[in-house]
Amino acid sequence: MEHIPILKMGNLLLVTIQVDMHDRLAMTLQDDLTTRIVKDHASGVLIDISALDIVDSFIGRMISNTAAMARILDARTVLVGMQPAVAITLVELGLTLHGVQTALNVEKGISLLQRNAT
Amino acid sequence: MSMATTGLLAKTLNEHQATLLEVWLGGMLSRMVRRDKVAEGEIRQQATRFLPEVAATLERSQNYEFNSPAWADVRQTLAEISMGRLRQGYSSTDTAAFIFSLKEPLFELVRQTMAHEPDTITTVMTEAGTLFDRMGLFTIEEYQRGRESVIMRQQQELLELSTPVVQLWKDVLALPLIGTLDSARTQVVMENLLQKIIETGASIAIIDITGVPTVDTLVAQHLLKTVAAARLMGADCIISGIRPQIAQTIVHLGVNLEDVTTKATLADAFLVALKRVGANVTRAEQTF
Repeated sequence: MEHIPILKMGNLLLVTIQVDMHDRLAMTLQDDLTTRIVKDHASGVLIDISALDIVDSFIGRMISNTAAMARILDARTVLVGMQPAVAITLVELGLTLHGVQTALNVEKGISLLQRNAT
Repeated sequence: MSMATTGLLAKTLNEHQATLLEVWLGGMLSRMVRRDKVAEGEIRQQATRFLPEVAATLERSQNYEFNSPAWADVRQTLAEISMGRLRQGYSSTDTAAFIFSLKEPLFELVRQTMAHEPDTITTVMTEAGTLFDRMGLFTIEEYQRGRESVIMRQQQELLELSTPVVQLWKDVLALPLIGTLDSARTQVVMENLLQKIIETGASIAIIDITGVPTVDTLVAQHLLKTVAAARLMGADCIISGIRPQIAQTIVHLGVNLEDVTTKATLADAFLVALKRVGANVTRAEQTF
């Protein structure tokens, strides 16, 4: 079965989505991610979508759901690398991803998480 | 029929080219309002290039179909002349006069050289007349096309000029908006800002609306969308320069700006932005 790789960096988890997401893959990612947060005692999750040109409402909801799940498991989620076109589309769709922190790139996302931790 | 007359016309053109050129130029120059040596020289050059080209094409193609591939060279020449005149500020009538002023001397020439066969004169004149009318119209068409492309380009440039995104500090961008915002402009504004955020890696953008006379629900909504889109990408927005009148309008319209940081002036917003990116601002001792 197809999986999206989850990398561990210290106590952070990095997920780089580089393939077009379909519903099954999104559900698998949610499963994998929640499992890994608990297993690795992660305190933060970075989801990098800089390679995505298209994000539909389903993926948008999946991301905010994942962020909510992570929060319950005591990990903060930062969404990084959203392209301008994607941002405009999501706003036009009325999805402002409330409760999800965002950063411009992975580097800034990491510093945001570290700043929050201290 | 036209097979024969194209040959005749070409022959006439070739044989009497020098005479025709002088009469034509004389007519054109006498009608010109702006007379100077440079313009005269240029017209002479254009005419000298145009006439043999027409004669050669007539001879080679043996048709009067101005739209056919055989006439591509002549069309090219005319297009160039049109564009040149457009740039120099001639009117479309002046541009077309280049062709139309040729008809009179040409017909006179035809009348003289073919005096012994009146039937041919009629045919040649009708067909050549149609051809030169077509050419004249073509120059006007080219003139208009050129003018339209200039207008289009200006429109685009105006749109881009009116929405500059400036970098005030490392990580701080400012977008001073001036003039009324409509949907098309807002779209450009939004795209420019987001693109610039990606390019510079800025984390704060100040949207200054001091120069925006009125804010209606649509504009307010667009602003909120821009702020939301920037936030999705990981950058914060501060809106500054809201006039008292506009503040009243916004509240009356029920637009919710509570999630957005707003400041009275660009200076205040800049100060907040500097603090957020970790810069320290102090006033140095003044020494006189």
